[in-house]
Amino acid sequence: MAVPHARDAGRAGHGCIESMSLDRYIALVFVLLCLVYGHTAFITMDQGLPPFMQLNPIWPSTFPKVLSVLGVLVGTSVLLGIEKSDHTAESAEINYRKLTEYRIGQALALLSLMAVYAVMLRPAGFIVSTVLFLMTGSAILGERRWIIMSAIASIASVFIWYLVDQVLGIFMRPLPAFLS
Amino acid sequence: MLEGILIGLGTVLSLTNLLMVVAGCLVGTFIGMLPGLGPMSIIAIMIPVAISIGDPAAALILLAGVYYGAIFGGSTSSILINAPGVASTVASSFDGYPMARAGKAGKALTVAAISSFAGGTIGAILLMAFAPMLANVALLFHSAEYFALMVVGLSAIAAFAGSGQIGKALMMTVLGLIMATVGEGVLFNLPRFTMGIRDLQTGFGFITLAMAMFALPETIFLILDPGRSGQGCSDTNAIRNLKISRNEVRSIVPVVGRQSLQGFLIGVLPGAGATIASFLGYAVERNIADKEEKAEFGKGSIKGLAAPESANNAACTGSFVPLLTLGIPGSGTTAILLGALIALSVSPGPRLMIDNPSVFWAVIISMYIGNLILLILNLPLIPYIARILSVPRNYLIPFILFFTLMGAYIGQNNATELLILIMMGIIATILRFAGYPLAPALIGFILGSMLENNFARSMQLYDGVGFILERPMTLGLLVLAGLLVLVPGYRASRARAQAGNAAP
Repeated sequence: MAVPHARDAGRAGHGCIESMSLDRYIALVFVLLCLVYGHTAFITMDQGLPPFMQLNPIWPSTFPKVLSVLGVLVGTSVLLGIEKSDHTAESAEINYRKLTEYRIGQALALLSLMAVYAVMLRPAGFIVSTVLFLMTGSAILGERRWIIMSAIASIASVFIWYLVDQVLGIFMRPLPAFLS
Repeated sequence: MLEGILIGLGTVLSLTNLLMVVAGCLVGTFIGMLPGLGPMSIIAIMIPVAISIGDPAAALILLAGVYYGAIFGGSTSSILINAPGVASTVASSFDGYPMARAGKAGKALTVAAISSFAGGTIGAILLMAFAPMLANVALLFHSAEYFALMVVGLSAIAAFAGSGQIGKALMMTVLGLIMATVGEGVLFNLPRFTMGIRDLQTGFGFITLAMAMFALPETIFLILDPGRSGQGCSDTNAIRNLKISRNEVRSIVPVVGRQSLQGFLIGVLPGAGATIASFLGYAVERNIADKEEKAEFGKGSIKGLAAPESANNAACTGSFVPLLTLGIPGSGTTAILLGALIALSVSPGPRLMIDNPSVFWAVIISMYIGNLILLILNLPLIPYIARILSVPRNYLIPFILFFTLMGAYIGQNNATELLILIMMGIIATILRFAGYPLAPALIGFILGSMLENNFARSMQLYDGVGFILERPMTLGLLVLAGLLVLVPGYRASRARAQAGNAAP
């Protein structure tokens, strides 16, 4: 326990200014987002407001206006680093500067697989797409025992479909559209 | 109160609800043990199941069971493989893991289970005493005070984020509030900020966001760094001997008593929660221990294990106080529970005790039963449940990803929701890389519409922002919120200035 902490602290202390950059970039993006949001709230939103609603003390844009101002203020303070942070307290779980040393390829492949699954779920049906998803997922992670893999994926998919569709009563098309 | 307890007992002691408690505890323990999956992710995954039950009492009982089951499971993996599944059990690994390595894994698990049980039960008794009192006070609040109270809650969450993190936490809170304004509000039948995407007209789904902010980043971290899931080293033979001696019991009793009380009080504070309670509990017990015992801390002291275990469970129970009485969640987990309640058309708040006494009391009573189940059912089962630690990650990760997707899909039933989930998950992962806390964003998102509604109602009643000055309590609360955010930063900068003067 003690060893990795010490290493983290050393690394953070070493690159104090360097390690600021990603969170500041995010703060910058956030400020820009708030400006766009504020532009909508202050200018575009009120144009379509019916006259009877204009008598109201509160408009649909009132709260967003407050938020956009707050957001710009808070975002700018993070961007400028007004609040000094002591880096020793913060132990980053994954050092994003060394992202290439991690299994970034696997992560991206699995995320794309999730997107494909999302699009496929309706047309291909639950069971087919889930079996394929679970098998491809294991394969991406390096599993090569195809028979065990397909057995586990098939049993799990049918069992979960049964649980969701039959027991919980939430409809999910089990098979591809052209079969059912 | 006696009447309430009877209502609660009547509700909980039905077969379905007892099954819910058992199922919740088992599922929670089971998944909570997996490294990387915290209680927030587990509850988010379980929400569609809970909602489809339909009965709010049963659903909340199930989710509460999952919650403390997950904490219990998290401490098991902390002790056995030094890989805490949950942040609030990190402190348990300080002494639990050395005990396990010394061949006393069974004893460590028993100490953890008994301390958790005591912490949870004492917490439930305190909850029973405190919640109705607080709810009675809260009944006097109007929408203006509610608005101010939520602002206080949100600022407190940011203030507790730790030094150097307040700005980031506030930024995330505002981000959550901004996301809450997307879609049609209750007040105005106008779609706002939908960017022309039709699926956004109803706003972001909160389960989708919960999954995207917690379950997905944690899984991505698991994929990126295989070392995170320290697996395959659980020696089940070492776990068999679960006995502890009478002397050991005697030495942990005062620790458990103190830490249950302290943990509960920390849990009640918004933003503090089980993680802070467990670390603080550990630190306090180490400081007040006598010299001999102090030397043992970190090397397998049973006091050092009992302290964080009772504190984190008591804090979990404590975090239900603001949720049940004010309807304001103090932590990410209770925010998810609040979302689930709203989805079941129960609005938590001071009227919950009056309008839905069965929900209110059933949850409290179910906590006793849940803790008892964790002790008598889970403890003997632990050697078997611990086998899940040896499931290869090649199978584990696709299943976790699949359950994440299913959680969002069952709730909304459309594919766009899943794509939003993936995109938000990637954004959340990048935010975590940069050290931004994500819980404030989710709490902000869930409180956002309530905050706006109460704000709007007060604006309409007082025809403008005059309500802030006209209602002293509102003004007082808002000033408190400002102080909560500004004081820690001011004190830190003064301390730095002094340190700078001292060191030439």
